[in-house]
Amino acid sequence: MKATVLVRPKQGILDPQGDAVESALGHLGFSVSEARVGKVVDLEVDASDATEARVQVERMCEQLLANPLIESFEVEIHG
Amino acid sequence: MASPQPRVGVVTYPGSQDDRDALWALAALDAEAVPVWHEERELPDLDAVVLPGGFSYGDYLRCGAIARFSPATTAVCEFAEAGGLVLGICNGFQILCEAGLLPGVLLRNESLRFVCRDVPLVVERDDLPFTSRCATGQTIVIPVKHGDGRWFAPPELVRELEANRQVVFRYAEACNGSVDDIAGVCNERGNVLGLMPHPEHAVDPLLGSADGALILASLVEAARKRVLALI
Repeated sequence: MKATVLVRPKQGILDPQGDAVESALGHLGFSVSEARVGKVVDLEVDASDATEARVQVERMCEQLLANPLIESFEVEIHG
Repeated sequence: MASPQPRVGVVTYPGSQDDRDALWALAALDAEAVPVWHEERELPDLDAVVLPGGFSYGDYLRCGAIARFSPATTAVCEFAEAGGLVLGICNGFQILCEAGLLPGVLLRNESLRFVCRDVPLVVERDDLPFTSRCATGQTIVIPVKHGDGRWFAPPELVRELEANRQVVFRYAEACNGSVDDIAGVCNERGNVLGLMPHPEHAVDPLLGSADGALILASLVEAARKRVLALI
């Protein structure tokens, strides 16, 4: 079962990478008032259904893929 | 009777870089420096452990995130739980934070630039096994070399750490954007310390500073006392 994890810097966490991207987009002439840079993790999970896959992936996020102090995560199950 | 030589382990992960410097510095400060391989599930008989700098497991995902699950790190966590002395330097500090032995997390430097230079540090407390040779308020000079050294914790956690006196070293000048210029913190019990600067690179005047020896010699001395207590 395919799953995607989106890991984002939490609100209020200074994200210098996002700031650099925002500034670079400004130099290209785009009008952007905020950019935040996170991570995408694509997974192929062995699970019998979407519910089980979601439970597993959320545990992966809690234990390894995201650090709760600084990052939030979102799980997408693609079936 | 000659004073006993304490055994201080240094863990080598794939990607560790400063393990040999740490072993050399500890031996120069009269410890028996013991290399520990990351696959070891049980630590040899040790009086203290150092987690060195570098880029363990390529620092993939987040610095220290993978090393946290290595067999040797699990053994180090048990060692710390039992009251053993553990010092994490740079990547070692990142690993200890990811493992939950120390509070906070280390993020990309505010400047996005790798910073590599000598920095002045203020010692916030001298009553720890790692700082007994320093004096509270003293400024020592030790090099940093990191791209991900910006220590962060939410404000309520920082207040709690300040109240518990867990902030041990502070940059005397802005370095990487760390909250309150925090360079090193300890756990509540005071037997685990992590810092971004590298004391093992400053143990001889030929290296530009010998101030790092104040920290490592404190550790060796504390480890020696533990050996003596067992005799």
